[in-house]
Amino acid sequence: MPEMEDAKISASKEHRITRRRFILGVIAGGAVVGAASYKILSPGGRTRGAGERWITLNVNGRMRRVEVMRQETLAWTLRYKLGLTGTKLGCDRAECGACTVLIDDVPHYSCSVLTNTVRGKRVTTIEGLAGADGTLHPVQQAVVDEQGFQCAFCMSGFIMSAVGFLKKHPAPTRTELAHGISGNLCRCQDYNKILDAMMRGAEYMRRA
Amino acid sequence: MADAVQTNAKRIESAEPRPFGSGYKLIGRDYTTPDMMAKVTGRSRYAEDFRAEGMLFCRLVLSPMPHGRIKHIDASEALAMPGVKAVLTADDIPAQADYLDDNGRTIKASKWGERALTNEPMYQGDPILAVAAVNELTCAEAIERIRIEMDPLPFVIDPLDSLRPGGPNPLKDGNVWVRPKPPATGGPQVSELKWTDADFAEYEQGRLPMGEAPDTWSYGDLEAGFRGAALVLDESFVTPDVSHQCLESRTAMAHWQNSKLYLHTGTQSTYQTAPAIARWMNLTPDQVVLVSEYTGGGFGSKVTGTVIMIIPAILSRKLNAPVMMRISREEEHFIGRARPSIAGRARIGFAKDGRITALDFYTVTNSGAYDEASDGGSAGRIVSLLYQPTAMRWRGVTVMTNTPTRSAQSAPGGMQGIAIIEPVLAKAARKLGVDQVALRRVNCPEGKAEYAAPNRDGKRPHATSCFLKMALDRGAEQFRWQERMARPKRMGTKVRGAGVSLSCYVGGTIGFDGLLVITREGRVQFHSGIGNLGTESVMDVHRAGAEVLDVPWEICDVVWGDTSRVMPYTCASGGSQTTHAMTRAAFAVATTARQQLKEVAARSLGGKPEDYEVRNARVFRKDGAGISFAEAAQKAIELGGIYDGHQAPADVHKVTKSAVAALAGQGLVVAARDNAPRDGDTYSFVASFAEVEVDVETGKYFITDFLAYGDVGTVLHPHSLGGQMLGRSTLGIAHAIGQKWVIDPEYGATVAKRFYQNKPPTILDVPVDMQWAALNIPDPETPVGARGVGEPPVGGGCASILNALSDALGDEIFQRAPVNADTILASLDAGRPMQHPLMGSI
Ligand code: FES
Ligand code: FES
Repeated sequence: MPEMEDAKISASKEHRITRRRFILGVIAGGAVVGAASYKILSPGGRTRGAGERWITLNVNGRMRRVEVMRQETLAWTLRYKLGLTGTKLGCDRAECGACTVLIDDVPHYSCSVLTNTVRGKRVTTIEGLAGADGTLHPVQQAVVDEQGFQCAFCMSGFIMSAVGFLKKHPAPTRTELAHGISGNLCRCQDYNKILDAMMRGAEYMRRA
Repeated sequence: MADAVQTNAKRIESAEPRPFGSGYKLIGRDYTTPDMMAKVTGRSRYAEDFRAEGMLFCRLVLSPMPHGRIKHIDASEALAMPGVKAVLTADDIPAQADYLDDNGRTIKASKWGERALTNEPMYQGDPILAVAAVNELTCAEAIERIRIEMDPLPFVIDPLDSLRPGGPNPLKDGNVWVRPKPPATGGPQVSELKWTDADFAEYEQGRLPMGEAPDTWSYGDLEAGFRGAALVLDESFVTPDVSHQCLESRTAMAHWQNSKLYLHTGTQSTYQTAPAIARWMNLTPDQVVLVSEYTGGGFGSKVTGTVIMIIPAILSRKLNAPVMMRISREEEHFIGRARPSIAGRARIGFAKDGRITALDFYTVTNSGAYDEASDGGSAGRIVSLLYQPTAMRWRGVTVMTNTPTRSAQSAPGGMQGIAIIEPVLAKAARKLGVDQVALRRVNCPEGKAEYAAPNRDGKRPHATSCFLKMALDRGAEQFRWQERMARPKRMGTKVRGAGVSLSCYVGGTIGFDGLLVITREGRVQFHSGIGNLGTESVMDVHRAGAEVLDVPWEICDVVWGDTSRVMPYTCASGGSQTTHAMTRAAFAVATTARQQLKEVAARSLGGKPEDYEVRNARVFRKDGAGISFAEAAQKAIELGGIYDGHQAPADVHKVTKSAVAALAGQGLVVAARDNAPRDGDTYSFVASFAEVEVDVETGKYFITDFLAYGDVGTVLHPHSLGGQMLGRSTLGIAHAIGQKWVIDPEYGATVAKRFYQNKPPTILDVPVDMQWAALNIPDPETPVGARGVGEPPVGGGCASILNALSDALGDEIFQRAPVNADTILASLDAGRPMQHPLMGSI
């Protein structure tokens, strides 16, 4: 452990938490010490001066012309340019999975995928899951039948993750399915009911 | 069945658990909530999903320092940029106004209340200005060109630091919250309190100093209790600060139309939020329309929204355009609220069988900046109810610090109180050689259990009913407690441990209004002022109304989520009060509707109202003559007056009266106040059981099994109840297994502010088959028998894990939560708890 004690503080007020004790506490506490941020916060992530250009995207089976910035994320394009607001932003930094969509049937965090990189690929969002006649996807139907989720802000991300996972693993155990959707966070912590719904969804998919 | 509902209160003497839904057609049965299709297809719109023509965006600038004063803001360069529309500072925010509460009493604006923007930021992350522009990129660029000059001011992060002789204050007025001494009245005040060096004598030994406490109560003979005890334990314990971290941040979008503010945001309480906004904006409530059909979680952080949401409203008025304020995850960390850490100390005397003879409880609450967090007092009350000590004293001090604003979080105070006391009970059981369940059983509240200190009339308050002992026994059976106890604990490097905890929290209020319309189409339209935050009470409570009317759910509609669509006087959805309060209101309005339907039928077809019955959307006599609901609605319109809303009942709230007036002529318009009597205060109870498996070589542990067994009154909707029981248990578990704030005390800077640093449990942190059950014994003091359940499981979730860990590892590993791998390894090595014993945010 490098010596990080702040002499000024520890000498003057020995009862106070010293730098070193603080760092030790943090380490013992298991928290990740990020770079403490003193900068004034700004949304970040978007450099200036990047012009927009027109590209064509295949979203939910339709070809959509859309003007995007080079640094634009897929979540942003979907939500703010294509009006597909079923895809949610919970963190915008690949931590929660609320923004999960399928790209060529594989679940991805759309907040962390640049729109430019999905040209020529198939993007599926929650809005594209049901059939043209409105018939729900088996996983959606299972969520309805089990009254899965609470506030549902995480719901579309979970459903997309589960659909992607179940395409590859049609008959998972409960534990395997939990691993398959563990990249998604539910703050209502409705995991048990989510798993009930997704297991039922797997069963419906097998029967379909 | 309607009659079953009405006679419930009388039938409960037997207090036998019964299968969910028995005796009912709708209550206690699963169904699909009316919002489900929109949610599952992505059509449900949360605040950030709204778009409007010409919509502008705004972004916040947060304080970089934990306490300071703005000297000068130069935004001229930013304002000159193309696309930048306005810069808003604290000088543009309306002053806090006094307001009238629901009972017409004037509440003075607190001088320490939080404002939307400030010139004296009280914590790192306190919003100091907002920029509006055509898009967020422009906002961000503009922010970089704003020059802000600030003077740093003294600050304090740790409550105990502030209480030391000569310790720093968070602001010039002082450091602690005190209630004015009678005859003075009014809200709590900030004043200065410093303890003596002698008070801190045991600090270095990890014992909580207990100097002068502004708040205290007691009952019974404490000293006699300790004298007669077979065992006395004296333990200090710290609970963590934990962010609410709703998955939807507190985004808001505002626009104005004909001098009316339309605000789209996520809130826990639809009806109750509109007057709050009006207050913050200095408007009248009828100038505010709140749209909040879907809310991405609340957990106490969005009870009536937060003051920050007026920023887009003010900008929108100024710029005459819709304004969207998106709140990022990092901003949400600072402004999104958290449960306050409590440093607690409990001296508890136990008889040989584990019965608590005396309990002396001290709490130091880190209230953060601005308004007072009342968690300490609530911790005292809950502990008193839950463990029924023969004699008890509670003392508490609530300290203001330069850390982000706290608020109620599911089971505020109750969760911390239970987490502090339960480990002491677990230790006592081991020392006394008493089984853990048996020790909980001898201390378990029962029936109309009393709690806390006597009221002014000399009587102690009591619960409406409590069957926790039955839940504990059944839970122990279902969890196979004895079998687990008999199993060997250690297998190689793995050690198993099992824990049990009692848990409870308030479960309901009374006196609100119900409102429904039987339409000309013959449908029953319930108007719901409840927020749609995921608990489903916004829909569930109206099932009780449909049950009383004996109509199929398919002909019922629930109108919710938009105050322009008319709402009755409704409780705030917080404190688990809604299920109780609003099933009562639904019961009242449906009972009145039955009566009015009979009157309308009698006036159409002759005879007396008592001759008629209501069933299957018809009102009919025994001889078969009758009318449909559609015909009754038509007749009600012809009759007018009290039948079609041209006249409202005298005893409903004025808000309900205007709602009735707005619906006049649309059918049979019925409003009613919940006037049902209640003896006692409503609480719900849970017995929680957990098993963990710890690898003592790595310190890593898993929760292998979990069960929450509830005594929550009548079960309204099993699916949503199960979600609440396990969801809120897991929210509690988070405090045991890893969630906490970390704040650098030297700079006052937060270092755990994103999900990956401060993460709520994931699906892999809990067992894949968590279990729940509920007794389904109706509460005798409320017509349908249903009580709230959001908060009661939280404390038990946390404490059952802590107790399972100490069962596996012994009493010398931790004296704070959360407990993680590092804690376990370092403490196992040293043979004593190795973390800072008394500071929460480290
Ligand atoms: S919003 Fe993309 S992972 Fe959270
Ligand atoms: S249901 Fe609310 S975050 Fe998952």
